[in-house]
Amino acid sequence: MKIAVCISHVPDTATKINIADNGKEIDPAGVTYIINPYDEFAVEEALTTKETLGDDSEVIAISVGNDKNKETIKKALAMGVDSGVLLKIESQLDSFGIAKALAEEIKAQGCDLVFMGKQSVDFDNQIVGQMTSAILDYSCISVVVDFKLDGQDITCEREIEGGKEVVAAQLPCIITAQKGLNEPRYASLKGIMSAKKKTIEEKSAVETESNTEVIGLKKPPAKNPGRILGTDSSAVHELVRLLREEAKVI
Amino acid sequence: MGNIILVILEQREGKLKKSSFETASVAAKLAKDLNLNVQAVAIGSEISNLDEVAKYGVGNITHFKNDSLANYSSSAYAAIVTEFAKEISADYLIVANTSYGKDLAPRVSVKLNAGCLIDCVKLEVSSGEVIATRPIYAGKALMDAKLKSAVKFFTIRPNVFKPVEESVTAEITTKDVDVPDTSTKVIDFKKAEGKLDVAEADIIVSGGRGLKTPEDFKLIEDLADALGAAVGASRAVVDAGWRPHGEQVGQTGKTVSPSLYIACGISGAIQHLAGMSSAKYIVAINKDKDAPIFGIADYGIVGDVFEIIPKLTEAIKSLN
Repeated sequence: MKIAVCISHVPDTATKINIADNGKEIDPAGVTYIINPYDEFAVEEALTTKETLGDDSEVIAISVGNDKNKETIKKALAMGVDSGVLLKIESQLDSFGIAKALAEEIKAQGCDLVFMGKQSVDFDNQIVGQMTSAILDYSCISVVVDFKLDGQDITCEREIEGGKEVVAAQLPCIITAQKGLNEPRYASLKGIMSAKKKTIEEKSAVETESNTEVIGLKKPPAKNPGRILGTDSSAVHELVRLLREEAKVI
Repeated sequence: MGNIILVILEQREGKLKKSSFETASVAAKLAKDLNLNVQAVAIGSEISNLDEVAKYGVGNITHFKNDSLANYSSSAYAAIVTEFAKEISADYLIVANTSYGKDLAPRVSVKLNAGCLIDCVKLEVSSGEVIATRPIYAGKALMDAKLKSAVKFFTIRPNVFKPVEESVTAEITTKDVDVPDTSTKVIDFKKAEGKLDVAEADIIVSGGRGLKTPEDFKLIEDLADALGAAVGASRAVVDAGWRPHGEQVGQTGKTVSPSLYIACGISGAIQHLAGMSSAKYIVAINKDKDAPIFGIADYGIVGDVFEIIPKLTEAIKSLN
């Protein structure tokens, strides 16, 4: 079976975000980029699935973006993914545009099982996986913390408010990975060396006109530091009073 | 089109969730501003409090009913909503940005060729268009955007929009429906031990490394119990295995906007602050006076969590 894992290249979560002069993008100066943290769980699950199947299955990493995404693809290759595809874009796509580009490639590659992070930590959309599945008419289980494959049958646990849903579906299927699904492996030295010999195929993404028009980005209103009420439990009384009378939240 | 805003309601165990009323209220307001009609749709078996939506300005309610649809099935629910939105030529669709809404909206929007803006914290009408504001980078920035597609889909963050009472008459149409497609279905639900989820809670009490050991989270749980709050956790304690990741607040956890957020023994790493700084009131209890959390807290106590939290719990209990 061909297994796809879709990965994105995002600012490190420890990075401060500043708005670029055009007011519509973030300022890339001083920003370190990493593989999207949720995509690491997706890569790990794809690799474990291939290892469990123990047949001639292969794992292909697909990323939509520009040359810089190759760093992230290389990271996946070093973890053990067999090959990579970079779908190059000219302009920033919205979630539907990304889903469309991914769907075309997944179809062309003939992948029946697809993993990706439940969201990218840049635009926090959490919808690309479900959109891709709707385009392809694949089933899709989102926010997955446990995945089992038995022949064509899939059983997952998906995290929702107050618990976990146990969801059944069949291949072809897209799984979006949540933290807790597994512990992503580190790339070994051998993995890093062999990644150098693996191929990253580059092609132009199928681009769709965006449904979304970004008007502008802004920083959230700055919160002013408040009051320090004290340095021991004698401040508790005042805190409770303020929460009741000033904030009116308890 | 049909000049209609369609609200998608969410039920669990036969009862509409609070976020459904928030969504109805937002839709009723948008309908007024855009001069459109508003309708609601719900899917499930029996739904006991369906008529309550009318309290928030949405009277026209359609209930697609089938006992096998009591639990969410992404494939079946998406097919029913898509079909209904087409039938009434809905111009706008709106659902709460819960696990349910997040899962359903993208599927339906693809089938309707609708643009989709997720997790909106503000929806405003300007020159006949809806301008949405949504946090990105876990709240480190805000994006203002609009949709250019004919059909437009918005999901709204729970707990941000307060439902406004505006009673209209409830007219519920119940339609027995065949289950269209159950290729994906929920076969079981495993309830978490915690009572409240951070994503839905109005008050959150969160703990971090300052708690020293996993057992010391009992202090956090007791305070949360006294306040009727949810328990949250920093990434450090989740990564250390002290707490389940469902409780993690921050950039690789949940982004939350409660009325009150009490951070105990949390220094306030940038990823954590991003996930909770939109809380209306923030209380920080930490022994390090230079901890970044004090930079955004409304009220702070610089001191020992082991001394202060039990006193605070006691004081809250004596109020009730």
